[in-house]
Amino acid sequence: MNDSLVIAGKSYGSRLLVGTGKYKDFAETRTAIDASGAEIVTVAIRRTNIGQNVGEPNLLDVLPPDRFTILPNTAGCYTADDAVRTLRLARELLDGHALVKLEVLGDPKTLFPNMPETLKAAEILVKDGFDVMVYCADDPIQAKMLEDLGCAAVMPLASLIGSGMGILNPWNLRLIIDQAKVPVLVDAGVGTASDAAIAMELGCDGVLMNTAIAHARNPVLMASAMRKAVESGREAFLAGRMPRKFYSADPSSPTSGLIGS
Amino acid sequence: MIQLIINGQPERLERALTVHALLEARQLAGKRLAVERNGEIVPKGRHADTVLADGDRLEIVVAVGGG
Repeated sequence: MNDSLVIAGKSYGSRLLVGTGKYKDFAETRTAIDASGAEIVTVAIRRTNIGQNVGEPNLLDVLPPDRFTILPNTAGCYTADDAVRTLRLARELLDGHALVKLEVLGDPKTLFPNMPETLKAAEILVKDGFDVMVYCADDPIQAKMLEDLGCAAVMPLASLIGSGMGILNPWNLRLIIDQAKVPVLVDAGVGTASDAAIAMELGCDGVLMNTAIAHARNPVLMASAMRKAVESGREAFLAGRMPRKFYSADPSSPTSGLIGS
Repeated sequence: MIQLIINGQPERLERALTVHALLEARQLAGKRLAVERNGEIVPKGRHADTVLADGDRLEIVVAVGGG
């Protein structure tokens, strides 16, 4: 069955996108990402050391851009201006690569998105030729605004970034999914495999996660669990679940032919 | 002598260098990085002919782990 995820005209076999932060070292980063089967991996953009630490290993040597689709993010940016500057630097760093993850934060305690700044940055970036995957609130109205601005994917949070609290508002996610004509990915909040499966069963096109894998006791094993959860959640969504029966049972075994009758 | 701000830190250079020469001096030439000068990207193809001036603010960035 060909069931690929299409973002900005490019097809991906995996619906699991993973971050590269919080791992013990680059070796663990690479092993976990391989186990996750992810093809799209997020990276952050930060100031380099300027000669104080010569020979420092480079993440892009561990995750070569010819093997993975690198998705630079704007984590840590609190204004549209900083996010746009960061992604222009990312595009230069990655030789003109257009696919980016926009996030403009509103508050360091919750890392909730600042939606007015997010909308402002999205408009500038789309006009500048970027394919924008955008972290956003689980608000169907603003998700639609981002889609109408030309974003390549909308990525509502399921719960706070790094919280592992799972899918807190499946109803809002469904509202966003049902109206969207671009891919909808849950970005943030997944804690364990069942959370990823629930997101996919709701009809999400994909899931983006970092901490759930990197801060598991065994990150590589959790990466493998997440790969399976996303696949099985997707298959369950496509298969269509049975209707719920609230007040009566329905036996699975024949009701006739019982002995002694 | 010129003064620059590189990644938020004040730096002095003996003379005006090109971006490329600065990166070479800091053993950063050839690395996967990107340079912004006074808010504008300096494309890789222009590193060799972009001469830094007194008061320039540079940002030199790389990709790091992130979610």
